[in-house]
Amino acid sequence: MHRVVITGAGTINPLGHCVAATFEAMREGRCGIGPLDIRDVDRLSIKIGGQVRDYDPHERFNRQQQALYDRFTQFTMIAAKEAIEQSGLEFTGALAAESGVVFGTSGGGLTTQDENYRAVYEEGKNRVHPFIVPKLMNNAAASHVSMTWNLKGPSFTVATACASSNHAMGQAFWLVRNGAARAMVTGGSESMLCFGGVKAWEGLRVMSRDACRPFSANRNGMVQGEGAGVFVFEEYEHARARGANILAEVVGFSMTSDAADIVMPSQQGAARAMAGALRDAGIDAGQVEYINAHGTGTAANDKTECAAVANVFGAHADKVMISSTKSMHGHLIGGTGAVELLAVVMALKDGVVAPTIGYQEPDPECALDVVPNEAREAKVTYALSNAFAFGGLNAVLALKKM
Amino acid sequence: MTENVKNRVIRIIAEQALIAPGDVAMDQSLEDLSIDSMALVEAIFAIEEEFDIQVPFNANEPDKSEFDISTVATIVAAVEMLVAEQKA
Repeated sequence: MHRVVITGAGTINPLGHCVAATFEAMREGRCGIGPLDIRDVDRLSIKIGGQVRDYDPHERFNRQQQALYDRFTQFTMIAAKEAIEQSGLEFTGALAAESGVVFGTSGGGLTTQDENYRAVYEEGKNRVHPFIVPKLMNNAAASHVSMTWNLKGPSFTVATACASSNHAMGQAFWLVRNGAARAMVTGGSESMLCFGGVKAWEGLRVMSRDACRPFSANRNGMVQGEGAGVFVFEEYEHARARGANILAEVVGFSMTSDAADIVMPSQQGAARAMAGALRDAGIDAGQVEYINAHGTGTAANDKTECAAVANVFGAHADKVMISSTKSMHGHLIGGTGAVELLAVVMALKDGVVAPTIGYQEPDPECALDVVPNEAREAKVTYALSNAFAFGGLNAVLALKKM
Repeated sequence: MTENVKNRVIRIIAEQALIAPGDVAMDQSLEDLSIDSMALVEAIFAIEEEFDIQVPFNANEPDKSEFDISTVATIVAAVEMLVAEQKA
């Protein structure tokens, strides 16, 4: 069993185009959710989202790259570049053969599908660009990262809806811990903020029309976001030998399935996943100071998640801080766990716990310390990051300060 | 009008409750009819399609909605109102 540490982080999300900007926004409790700026927004009843703003793909990618990179791949490439550069790793020789990529996404190239269905159905075109298939496939992002940085070990994509990134990072953690890989580039990406993507979510009637207010009694649903988070997970001795800057240690991971309902969450499934991550890390609930919640802002998730935390943490539940950064960046679906892991890294490394913003009214069913509205300075040694997906698939990571 | 609003709404509710329209009573709640949150969202979608109307309903705050879902009768009344309003 090898120890696994994080030696690089990168992101582009509604709060910023890099990790430093995202940390700053999280510290200040800034909201990245606003009016959607997409085609046919007037035909949507949900008109807000956490979009990546001030982003021009032409400034980042050449024409050939844009022909192959859906927006979710573009976000991944930007985040991967930042993470790999920070790690200082060069993937050549034996290290390249022992390093891979595992990413989470739910919709993959959904924007590409949306645009091209529109072309053939609405506009009646009988021809689409030759690279639509390699552009829309869910593994496009993982493959382009592997190709660009010469990662020749195990690479694949995980799709478990809202838990995709956590499941992906859990696989990366296990691959390095078990010795199947020396380093893994991992995380996730999502870009579903197109007409068809938002329209599908509208149908479920769980989306808020005004804001994401996790744990607040007046919460009225989730808000969708987009973006990517990417990390370099590296075997500890390898990182130490080369004097790498270590951001945090990944110490535990657990996956469970509710085996119950396709959309309604289960307290038991969530609790088993948190307890499993603690067990895998070899720590007690009482040692955890911070939980980055799944905290979607729906009536169902937040009360179920709080009940699960109370169940696992017992009396310590009143002392542990739990916040949902979805209040700031929205729900990045398959990419959400990766961007949220940044809040965990910030808590461990900088001693700043990101807040749950938009918190207005206490809810007796969510009576925990949700770090309302303002970031808090606190020494955090152990933290959990929760993700509970539609379909009842749960994935929880445990991290430790280095 | 070939069929009144009441009968058309009852038909949609009966379909979700997996019973015959004749077995739906006006004073029954959705719980009485074993209609869960997913079946409710499907029923509202079917109502919107049937009457070509927009139903204001958020599953996170069903009680706050102007669309009163407490009984079959209140649902029928709410649909009648929306049909009248949205025709105007």
